[in-house]
Amino acid sequence: MDLSYTPEEEEFRARLREWLGKVLPTLPPKPSPEDWPGRRAYDLGWQRMLYDAGYADVHWDASPTTRLIFLEETEKAGAPYVGANFVGLLHAGPTIAAEGTPAQRARWLPPILRGEEVWCQGFSEPDAGSDLAALRTRARRDGDEYVVSGSKIWTSHAEVADWCELLVRTDPDAPKHKGISWLAMPMDAPGITVRPLRTLAGSAEFAEVFLDDVRVPVANRVGDENDGWRVTMVTLSFERGTAFAGEVVACRRVLGELAAEARRRGRWDDPVLRRRLGRLNAEFRGLWRLIQWNVSEAEGSSGVPGVGGSVFKLRYSHARQELYDAAAEVLGPGALDLGSPWMLDRLSSLSYTIAAGTSQIQQNIVAERILGLPKGR
Amino acid sequence: MRFQLTEEQRALQAAVRDVVGRRLSAGPSWLVAQFPAPLNGTAGPGAYQPRLDRVLWRTLGELGLFSLRLPEADGGAGLGLPEAVLVFEEAGWALVPGPLVATHLAAGEVPGAAAGEVVVAAVDGRLVEWLAEADVVRPGAEGAVPLRSVDPLTPLHRVPAPSRTDPVAVLLTAAEQLGTATRVCESAVQHARTREQFGQPIGAFQAVKHLCAQMLVRVEVARAAVYAAAVTADPADIAAARLLADEAAVRGARDCLQVHGGMGFTWECEVQLHLKRAWVRAQRGGGTTESEELLAADLVA
Repeated sequence: MDLSYTPEEEEFRARLREWLGKVLPTLPPKPSPEDWPGRRAYDLGWQRMLYDAGYADVHWDASPTTRLIFLEETEKAGAPYVGANFVGLLHAGPTIAAEGTPAQRARWLPPILRGEEVWCQGFSEPDAGSDLAALRTRARRDGDEYVVSGSKIWTSHAEVADWCELLVRTDPDAPKHKGISWLAMPMDAPGITVRPLRTLAGSAEFAEVFLDDVRVPVANRVGDENDGWRVTMVTLSFERGTAFAGEVVACRRVLGELAAEARRRGRWDDPVLRRRLGRLNAEFRGLWRLIQWNVSEAEGSSGVPGVGGSVFKLRYSHARQELYDAAAEVLGPGALDLGSPWMLDRLSSLSYTIAAGTSQIQQNIVAERILGLPKGR
Repeated sequence: MRFQLTEEQRALQAAVRDVVGRRLSAGPSWLVAQFPAPLNGTAGPGAYQPRLDRVLWRTLGELGLFSLRLPEADGGAGLGLPEAVLVFEEAGWALVPGPLVATHLAAGEVPGAAAGEVVVAAVDGRLVEWLAEADVVRPGAEGAVPLRSVDPLTPLHRVPAPSRTDPVAVLLTAAEQLGTATRVCESAVQHARTREQFGQPIGAFQAVKHLCAQMLVRVEVARAAVYAAAVTADPADIAAARLLADEAAVRGARDCLQVHGGMGFTWECEVQLHLKRAWVRAQRGGGTTESEELLAADLVA
């Protein structure tokens, strides 16, 4: 058991830190959350800077430990998040890299890395949430095109995306996991309607996407026809892996800020509050160690995160909500003022136990795939 | 960074599991048979005193449980805290009785402790475990009064003057808790797979499944924290490890008992012993309060 980093890893960290110190002050001001074109330009611009400096493919080709250092240092330095590049860098890109043909990789991967194209995800449907494989968006073959009709929901960045990684049903008669295909759909194709959805935090983070006889070339299918479920599982495991490492670093910083705020407000004499924050300190220290453990494990295997990501996500999503509930306790009545620090984050933290597989579904995964308990009726 | 067990550490873990597992081959049922249920109201304080198995103690000594961190020149194995943590995790898993942590910390200081020839007890806070069976008590237990211990395998005395606890003792206790948490998770899963009601294993019901999944989640977070604290020996890391391991052991044992249903409430079922031991260990090192306060202070340091 060794928690020290190699000289090469430490050198990577030092170079990255130096670079961040140089470039972050040159970034343009952050656009408003409502300004989608502005957000797109800002996020793509950041990706382009990463590309020019040689950090663009850190999510793909770097060793898990290098990736962890990247996530830790960029968070500590206050660098931008992946933002609009999330699906391209962490979902669609890795899937195309793993399952695409040479021609598909050449077409789609470089623009993701260079910060030129934005991807969105068309997986969930109004009637296919946790039960994703029940999706009904239909793709009918017509010559060398699919004709796609149906609707998708919870599609982040749909307003500004160039491409959509789309799950469609290509064989309605096959068992539900066997009739699905994975398509790259150009978002400017005729027949696509995007309707933004407002979250409970008031922000327009995602959208509904309606598809009415949208024509997608068969050449845009990644993997075999009707093999899309397997192709998709490769993608989902990425989201449950190291994706939250930067956020855990951020949570630990917030926890320190909460303690400072509690002291400023004369609340530090309250042993109940003090001990609540102390316990959260244990929680996020433990989660950070679990990330290091999982990263080291991935280093020794294929590098693709496994179901261990579900264990992490279950605990982390809950801990994040606890953190912001503790923030509300520190603020007292100020917690009802959305102008107070942390209170918008408190609202958005409510999605963590739902997005990318609810906690209930994650518990089923852990119980069945790790503990070997039988599937229910 | 290679935060995984090395080959040598895996081998050590397997060797210890082999010995304590064989020694306690009948499992906790052996322990239960040794200590039949006291009848309520008939066993007054101190009247019910389990004996410490000296043969087992020497076996643990030969295994290196007490001496492994001593230099090889002094008859130890020259190993570090990570190895000690792995060994104590196994001891916790097997519910090995006795003042393991106190004797381990006395190795090299109290003659005979390292080899398991001498049993050393220690005052921790206001409590002493295994006082009557100990050959040596550190730093001394004047005015000790026996309690009617909740754990039939851990006799307890209370002393008037509190004594502070070594952070290493807190870490090794967390390792024992981790072992208990692992064991009760295994036990719950085993029961949930085999016990049938309504025509299917109860583990097929999501309500049971989710209890088991959360047990594993707590184990894995605690494991990462305990192992990391063994590597860094940092007081805040140790405090975090103890809080997470206490939670994993105590809540795990509670949930394991729940999964076992009515059987879980009986004397024969091993779960009671794990739960009661986890309660005893959770009192060590100032209890959770002290660790929470340490971690709160760390936030404003």
